[in-house]
This record gives sequence, C-alpha cells and structure tokens, in this order.
Amino acid sequence: MVETTQQSVEQRQPEPLGDWRCYFSFCVDHKVIGIQYLVTTFFFYLLGGALAMVIRAELMTPGAELDRSLYNGVFTIHATIMIFLWIIPTLAGFGNFLVPLMIGARDMAFPRLNALSFWMIPPGGLLLLSSFFVQSGAAGAGWTSYPPLSTQQVQVGDLLVTNFGQVIWIASVVFLGTSSILAALNFIVTIVAMRTEGMELFRMPLFCWATLTASCITLLGTPVLAGAVILLAFDLLLGTVFFNPTGGGDPVVYQHMFWFYSHPAVYIMVLPAMGIISEVLPVFSRKPIFGYKAIAISSMGIAVLGFLVWAHHMFTSGTPDWLRMFFMVTSFLIAVPTGIKVFSWLGTIWGGKLELSSAMLFAMGFVSMFVVGGLSGIMLASVPVDIHVHDTYFVVAHLHYVLFGGSVFAIYAGLYYWFPKMTGRLLNETWGKIHFALTFIGFNLCFLPMHQLGLQGMPRRVAEYAEQFQSLNVLVSIGGFLLGISTLPFLFNAIYSWLWGPKAPANPWRALTLEWTTASPPPVENFEYLPVVTAGPYEYGTVGSSPEGDTPTAISQPKS
Amino acid sequence: MQSPISSNDAAMSQAIGHGDGHGHGHGEHPDLRMLGFTLFLISEGMLFVGLFVAYLTYRAAAPAWPPAGTPELEKILPAIFTVILVASSGVIMLAERALKHGDMGQFRLFWLLTTAMGTIFVAGQAYEWMHLEFGLKDGLFGGTFYVLTGFHGMHVIIGLLLQAVVFFRSFKTNHYTPASHFGVGASSLYWHFVDVVWIFLFALLYII
Repeated sequence: MVETTQQSVEQRQPEPLGDWRCYFSFCVDHKVIGIQYLVTTFFFYLLGGALAMVIRAELMTPGAELDRSLYNGVFTIHATIMIFLWIIPTLAGFGNFLVPLMIGARDMAFPRLNALSFWMIPPGGLLLLSSFFVQSGAAGAGWTSYPPLSTQQVQVGDLLVTNFGQVIWIASVVFLGTSSILAALNFIVTIVAMRTEGMELFRMPLFCWATLTASCITLLGTPVLAGAVILLAFDLLLGTVFFNPTGGGDPVVYQHMFWFYSHPAVYIMVLPAMGIISEVLPVFSRKPIFGYKAIAISSMGIAVLGFLVWAHHMFTSGTPDWLRMFFMVTSFLIAVPTGIKVFSWLGTIWGGKLELSSAMLFAMGFVSMFVVGGLSGIMLASVPVDIHVHDTYFVVAHLHYVLFGGSVFAIYAGLYYWFPKMTGRLLNETWGKIHFALTFIGFNLCFLPMHQLGLQGMPRRVAEYAEQFQSLNVLVSIGGFLLGISTLPFLFNAIYSWLWGPKAPANPWRALTLEWTTASPPPVENFEYLPVVTAGPYEYGTVGSSPEGDTPTAISQPKS
Repeated sequence: MQSPISSNDAAMSQAIGHGDGHGHGHGEHPDLRMLGFTLFLISEGMLFVGLFVAYLTYRAAAPAWPPAGTPELEKILPAIFTVILVASSGVIMLAERALKHGDMGQFRLFWLLTTAMGTIFVAGQAYEWMHLEFGLKDGLFGGTFYVLTGFHGMHVIIGLLLQAVVFFRSFKTNHYTPASHFGVGASSLYWHFVDVVWIFLFALLYII
C-alpha cells in the first residue's frame, strides 16, 4: 500500500485505491480503513443476527430446548457483538471514510494509529467468540455482566471452576474499548485541527459534529468501563472482594461504574447515526437543513446530559429515593435536545421535494422508529413505570427501537447514501426498497409485541416462559426471522453492485458536502486540490442554485 | 485555525505520501501529536477518576477505615518518596529547558536524574508493599490499596521505560532538536500526569 501511495503522489492522478489485497493489509489510508471497518463489522452483524435467530427459535416454545447456560451465552454474546463489534465500530467506519473527506483533509491526523484501531477489532471479536469453546462456557451474565452473577464459579461436570468465559469477555471488551478510544482521539484531533480553509466549525457537516461529540463521550466514558471490568477480573481471578458482599464489597458499585459508561454509550451509538440522518434528509428533500446550529449544539447537550443519567438503569438496585428523583429528572431532560433534533428533521422534510430513495426511506424509518424508542424511553425513565417493567421485555423492546430502529436504520441509510462514493458503483434501488420494506415490517413485527409481553410481565433473559406468552412470542419470532431474511436482498445487492453495478458519477445525489466534490471512489489523497469552502453544507434550493440541481459551494482551485 | 493547516499542505501531503503518519512530515506540526497525546492522557485520567470514586464510595460506606485489626498506614516513608516523585517533575522540566537551549549534556544529566528519582519511588513502593501487614485479598481495604497503588506504579514504570527510550534516542544525531522533540515533550507530559495522579492518590490513601 505504501508503494501505491507513493506512486500516485508522483503521478497526481485520481485512481481507485490499489487492488483488493490492500484491504487485507495494514493500510493507512482512511478510506481503506473505513471500508475495512464497515465490511468487518457487517460480518459481525450477521453473526450477532444468527445468534438472535437462535434466541428466537428457542423462544418459539415455552419450554427450554437449548442447554440453559448455552442460552445465557447466546444472548450475552449476541448483545456484546451488536454493541461492541457492530454498531460502535461500524459508525467509526463511516467516520473514518467520511470525516477527512467532509472537512477537506487528505487523511486522518494519525493514519497509523487509525490502522491500529481497526486491526484491534478482528482479534477482539475472535477472542470474544472463542469464549464459546472454553470448558466453562461463554460469558452468560448478560452484556451488563453484573456481579455476583458474573463472578460465580461455574459447574463443569462435578467441578466448580472459574468462569473463564467471563474472563475472556472482559479481555475482549477492554481490547475493543481501547480500539474505540484510539479512534475517538484521532477523530477529535482531525476535526479540531485539520479542517480545510473556510471550513469553520459551524460550516461542518452535521455528521462531523456528531462524530466529534460521540468521540468526546468515548474518550471520557470508556476508561471507566475498563476500570469496572478490570476490578471484576480481579474478583474473578484473584479473589478480591470489590463486588462481593460476603467480603464487604458492593455489587452496586459495579453497576454505577458500568452504567457511567454504558448509558453514554447509547449516545455513542446514536449520535453518529443522527449525523447520518442529518446528511441524508436535506439532500433528498432538496431543502436546507432546518436548525443547523440547533442540531449541532443539541448533540453537545445530549453528551453532557448523557453523563448525568446513568442510574436510571438502577431504579430497582436499592438506589435511594432522592437519587432516583434526580436521575428521573435528568433523564426526562434528555428529551429536550432529542426533541429539538426530531423537530428539526421534520422541519427539514416539511414542504420539501421528497425523493423516496432507499437512503431516504431508511432515514425516515429512523426518525419514526427512533421516536417510538424515545417515547418508551421516557416511560422507562419514570421511576413508577420502571419499577414495574424493569428486566421485562418492555426494556428489550425499548432498547431495540433505539438501537435497531435507531442506529441500524441510520447505518443502512448511510450505506445506501455513500455506497456510490465508497465503491464507485450504484446500488440497485428496487432491491433497496425491497430491503427497506422487509426490514421495516420485520422490525415492527419483531419488537412491537415485545412491549405488550413486557407489560404483561414476561422477564427478559430466560429461556422458559409461562404458556400464556406463547402466541405473542411466535409472532415476535416470525418477525425476527423476517428481519434475518431482510439482510439477504441487501447482501445480494451490495455484492452484485460492487462487482457489476453501473458506474457512479462523482455526485449522483446532487449533494453539497465536500465528499461529493471529488471522484467516486475518491483518489488516494482525496482531492486533487484542497477545496476552499465558501458556504454552508446544506444550501439546497437557495439563491444561486439552478432548478436542475445545486452545485457544491466549494471552490476547487490550484494553490499557488 | 484553518490557515496553519493549509499552509502545511505540502508537509501534509508529504507525510501521507510516505505512507507514514509519524514520519518527518508530521514534524512540521508536532502540536497535533501533542494534542493527540494529551487527549489520550485525559482518557487515561478518567480510568483513575473511576477508580478513585469507587474507592471513596467504599470508604464512605465502611464502618471503620482501616477496618478493626488493621494498623494505620505508615506515612513518613511514603511522604518522603512522594516528595522525591513531585520533585522529579521539576527536574524533568529543567531537562526540557536545557534541550530548548540546545545543551544536550545538561539535558541528559537532568533526564537521567528524573529517571533515577522515579526508580527510587518505585523501589520505595516495592519496599512498602513487602512490609505491609495486609494483602490484596484482605477485604476492600487491602484490595483497593494494592489495586490503586499497583495501577499507578504500573504507570510510573511505563513512564520510566519511555524515559529510557528517549535517553538512548538522544544519542542519535539530531534526533531531538531544540525546535522538534515530540518524544521528549510527550514522555515529560506523561511524567507530570503520573505525578498529579500520585498526589491525588497519596491524599486519598494516606491523608484523609
């Protein structure tokens, strides 16, 4: 890859990035790394999805078909993969590909560190999966890994052994967390210091704002999670009593440390997704985004508030009343900056000339599904409701509306929107719409009935349930399988189009952000000449634009 | 903010052109590497903040600290080692100043002195560990003491290793110049970080 880069600098010619082999190497080009992230994490997404199919197959009947500890391992690893190996890193993949292009830089601030962040992911993922094959079985205490459940010894035959599956889980989470911290600091430095001329902070595309904010959360929150699980490892391996009440320790301290990271992690997973939505909606509405500054600043508001709400996950953990009151109020407050965003997006498409492309459909799917997740979130934030539905399927329904209806819909929107830029090929729109329809129906069929199951009191994380829940569970499972099937048209479309799809022009959507001013796929150093930015990124349909389409408001000119 | 970047276009493309983000191309704007390193230390600091708050929580909930039967920690010796560590932060600043004046001999002298003082601190800590009457498994008191001092000690050792690398590299001709010496600046910043963490830790474990 190094040779390829040098060569192209000499020739100064836009050319596709090397051959396929560079995608399997320690390449330092941010675009290659971005695609490495996206493809690798999609692989893990399919794997996590396969585990979800196992869960749904098990829950077709009230009895337990699987070995119970295996079932525990399956849902634990399912969640861990989806969070740490799919949503968080895949959004980092978008960030890697897009941030330097969007701010008019030639690469990230630290290209080698960038490659290192990526190359920590495959081994971290394989490590996690390897926990299925150790004698003690995979980690089975849920992705939250609360002690004392997670620190108990496990029965293997007649022996009680240390839970090595849990140890592997801890090692993997620390490893993947380090990767995301390194990626985050790279994003922050790049965005703060490498913007091209004229790219003022308040001219940055909102995706960059979102990535900047999410990176700050990663940088400040992830180390606390590392601290929590390292103490957990001490308890597991060395017999300390940090979280062991019989020795004077306190398991609730783990919960505080865990959620101090893991609640803000929700915003790590949704802010960049919101950034993607803020790019897609104005392009396909042909209107300037409504409330640019409000969207940018509300991200910061969410990030700050996000660090002050964690104990709303612990209303049933013996949290004192005054503290529950505090966390209930702060959690309600989060609805304000979130609402600002939602109304801004609605204001953006209001009266616009909508083009219902696959990307736009997924973006609108995001807005509507995320609102459902947000509403159930407000219900869960209120102590009296939460006490009733805590650890039931209502919570499962809520988190999937936020993380699938939210993050994953946005990821798909982003994939449809930037696929031509990344690969130089156009995706098939018909297959895209089939994909959207299947996903939307499957998603709601799967997760909507879970609200009802939760309200009726079906607990989460158990393989067996009372017979009265069966009919709804069958419905949920059918939705789940449909959701599994829905990835097939996308996979087929993506692979086929990448190889044989029609060639994409530089700017197929007539978008105004800088990544569309360069070739598809972009040349090695992104721009022949660094662009000089003269206006904001969302000036669609305003003064100076022709009825046929808008032209990017950045000047590409040779530098003297 | 934008103008220094665009004026560094040449340097930038050079850096990327060599496929080497840490090559001499980046030497043109070492501030980016320092910024990145500072962010890393902020992140690292949050690890300690998390552990400190956990410690305070345990301590607030404990009926007696140290628990009945465990003697109070000996303060005099750790206080002396604390003074040595804090002073070494000043010495490393002297080393940096010497480098900025181009005096490599004085730089190496002060640099080595810093490393020596840090080594004394680690040795002191090892001595203390060996003579304590409680172990890692002795309840929260023992557990938090060893994990907190151990985590910090590990950071001191990493700092010493960084200093050793810088020391040996300083013998390469023009590796560090008065104008460009990221390795020196970063390991010095790291040392200050380790020092500040210790001041908090000393206050938490020994004083309050």
